Amino acid sequence: MRVKQLSVFIENKEGRIAEVTSIIAEVNVNIRAISLADTSDFGVLRMIVSNADQARDALKKEGFTVGETDVVAVKVEDKPGGLNKILHLIESSGLNVEYMYSMARIIDNSAVMIFRFDKTDQAIDVLTKSGLPVINKNRVTDD
Amino acid sequence: MIFDIEYETMPREALESIQLQRLKATLERVFSTVPFYREKFKACGISPYDIQTLDDLQKFPFTTKQDLRDNYPYGMFAVPMDNVVRIHASSGTTGNPTVVGYTARDINTWATLMARALSAGGATRGDIIHNAYGYGLFTGGLGVHYGAEKLGASVIPVSGGNTKRQIIIMKDFKPTIITATPSYTLHLAEVAKEMGIDFRELSFKSGIFGAEPWSENMRNELEETLHLHAIDIYGLSEVMGPGVAIECVEAKKGLHIFEDHFIPEIINPETGEVLPYGETGELVFTTITKEAFPIIRYRTRDITSLNREPCICGRSHVRMNRVSGRTDDMLIIRGVNVFPSQIESVLMKTDVIKPHYQLVVDRKDQLDILTVNVEVSESLFSDEIKDLQNLEKKLSSDIKEYLGVSATVKLVEPKSIERSQGKAVRVIDNRKK
Ligand SMILES: [Zn+2]
Repeated sequence: MRVKQLSVFIENKEGRIAEVTSIIAEVNVNIRAISLADTSDFGVLRMIVSNADQARDALKKEGFTVGETDVVAVKVEDKPGGLNKILHLIESSGLNVEYMYSMARIIDNSAVMIFRFDKTDQAIDVLTKSGLPVINKNRVTDD
Repeated sequence: MIFDIEYETMPREALESIQLQRLKATLERVFSTVPFYREKFKACGISPYDIQTLDDLQKFPFTTKQDLRDNYPYGMFAVPMDNVVRIHASSGTTGNPTVVGYTARDINTWATLMARALSAGGATRGDIIHNAYGYGLFTGGLGVHYGAEKLGASVIPVSGGNTKRQIIIMKDFKPTIITATPSYTLHLAEVAKEMGIDFRELSFKSGIFGAEPWSENMRNELEETLHLHAIDIYGLSEVMGPGVAIECVEAKKGLHIFEDHFIPEIINPETGEVLPYGETGELVFTTITKEAFPIIRYRTRDITSLNREPCICGRSHVRMNRVSGRTDDMLIIRGVNVFPSQIESVLMKTDVIKPHYQLVVDRKDQLDILTVNVEVSESLFSDEIKDLQNLEKKLSSDIKEYLGVSATVKLVEPKSIERSQGKAVRVIDNRKK
């Protein structure tokens, strides 16, 4: 149920994000979701890609610092309160969302959000028990 | 193992009597053959014939890097060119380079001292030495090379650069000793890792690391990543080259100075006054056996202290502590003396951080601003911005706590700090511009 996310340290310099995406494109890996968190000096680029190992090796070879984190992909109903339902459940279970972002692709006609929870396994457990659809990693990546 | 047991373990009294005899001979020789020394001694009203005890050396004037530059290229040579068999030079970032020469006997002495040094660091005639110091005008490569041959070990003259080929050689030729700068060795380890080769599976037992100052924390890192004894070696071309002083593998606590060839002193860099044993100041050397390029009271600009305590290895020669900085690297930031090596120690208190860092000093509105750029290694990295911001804050407050100076720590991408010949450029002082 866990999905492997890559994160890359980048300085806030022109062209750095494009450099990362072109390295990934060169090894024929698809970026499925991407988000940037940044400060005035540096940023962390977070990505879900079709082949994490291949993308990570290519980035490291080019000298980037790459981290790997387990995240969870959850289907979000396309109607008012869809996201609220998930966040409410997580909060009432005493868990926290560290950050979240959305996927570029639609799965089974629904939007998909990527969540980084403080306690990944417990969050998956809570979501599944409440019937909220956690997406299997092979539908998000090719791993 | 002690290579030269007679001289290296000689009782102090006998050693000092040899020093005095050799010092007198050296002073007499430079007085009659090098106009620079003759004029300087005369100006100080002193003659080499006045010397009665080793302490009388303190009456003689210092020699500085500038004196060597002023006498470029051969003005400080004490023998005719007929007798010089080798010339080395140190790079001059500002002004003339300093040129040094060696007679055949000097080369032989140097090889012997370097053999002593390798031996103290754990090498024997059965070892294979991977010598990654640069060969050329720089004394590192050839200095180690001749010493290794004198010892009877097998030397691989791989020199610097071509890192991937070096790693293949390490894997296939199975060298047991590596001689290189510590920062280049860490770079080798990084590249080896990328190539899927673990240094711990290679055959190294000792690494003889020098040509740049490094810290005790860096020793831990080198020993852990490379799985070898990390030994500090000291030398400078003006005095001879590598092999002026070496740590023994038994104690790894201070570098024995080969006192039958060099007399060390520690001075207050401001006043020139000689400091007692144990006190920290600028290291000064007088050579007492060199023929082509003897040097009297040379100010190395290296900051250290001397330790007279007997060593467990049996050598009777005094030990110098690790060089903690350079008088010219010393930054004065808002009145506080700061050495890059101190910053390095602070950074290495946090986890297993790789010591790739750079100090940038600016002046804004008459105030000195210190920024420390630190390359983000995998062990420091986090996918969360707040962790990275906290890390910056923690490092800043550690620097403030240990050094008493405020600094802004900035995380930067790996390999973004400028390297110069394998050495990271540690300080950029924009106040001088
Ligand atoms: Zn010793």
